[in-house]
Amino acid sequence: MKNRIKVLRAERNMTQEDLAIEVQVSRQTINAIENGKFDPSLPLAFKISRLFELAIEDIFHDD
Amino acid sequence: METKSNKYETTERKNVWHVAYWTAGWCLTIAIATFGPIFLWDYNSTISIVAILVSTIIGVGMILVNRKYINGLDEMHRKVNIEAMAIAFGVSMVGGLSYSMFDIANVISIDAEIGHLILLTGITYFIAFIIGSIRYK
Repeated sequence: MKNRIKVLRAERNMTQEDLAIEVQVSRQTINAIENGKFDPSLPLAFKISRLFELAIEDIFHDD
Repeated sequence: METKSNKYETTERKNVWHVAYWTAGWCLTIAIATFGPIFLWDYNSTISIVAILVSTIIGVGMILVNRKYINGLDEMHRKVNIEAMAIAFGVSMVGGLSYSMFDIANVISIDAEIGHLILLTGITYFIAFIIGSIRYK
């Protein structure tokens, strides 16, 4: 599953660590999600979408 | 004020240390229960029973602390750990039974001991955990 987290983060001047703090996971998990190596659960995807004030489908999409 | 991230990392670190303490305690009580009858209390049954019960209780504590550690991880690290545990469990079952069958059939010269199985489980878990961690890096 691909996503726009890296771009959205950059637009808001957020580091992976900042995002990890906000959604309460490790920085490695954010990195794995950004690189498409790990698909987040629905609750985590909702947390990320709420943080960026976007719908889940605006952030995550199928390959 | 402690940040959310620090709170998560602090909790994870604390849980790791709890697992380490309880595992070390369990290993110590196993050593005492195993070697105590030989070197300390000359096969006194009452003391042996108490030592084994204490070891079992500490072991149960270790299981609960380990469960707390797994539940406290974030979802990716939990997945890595659960996959490593699944592989370790499978390898232990299959490898352990094959090893035992080799022993029963007298194909191998050494006796199959439970310690070998625990060693196999530990090594398999460690390798699977490292591979899993690298895969999601």
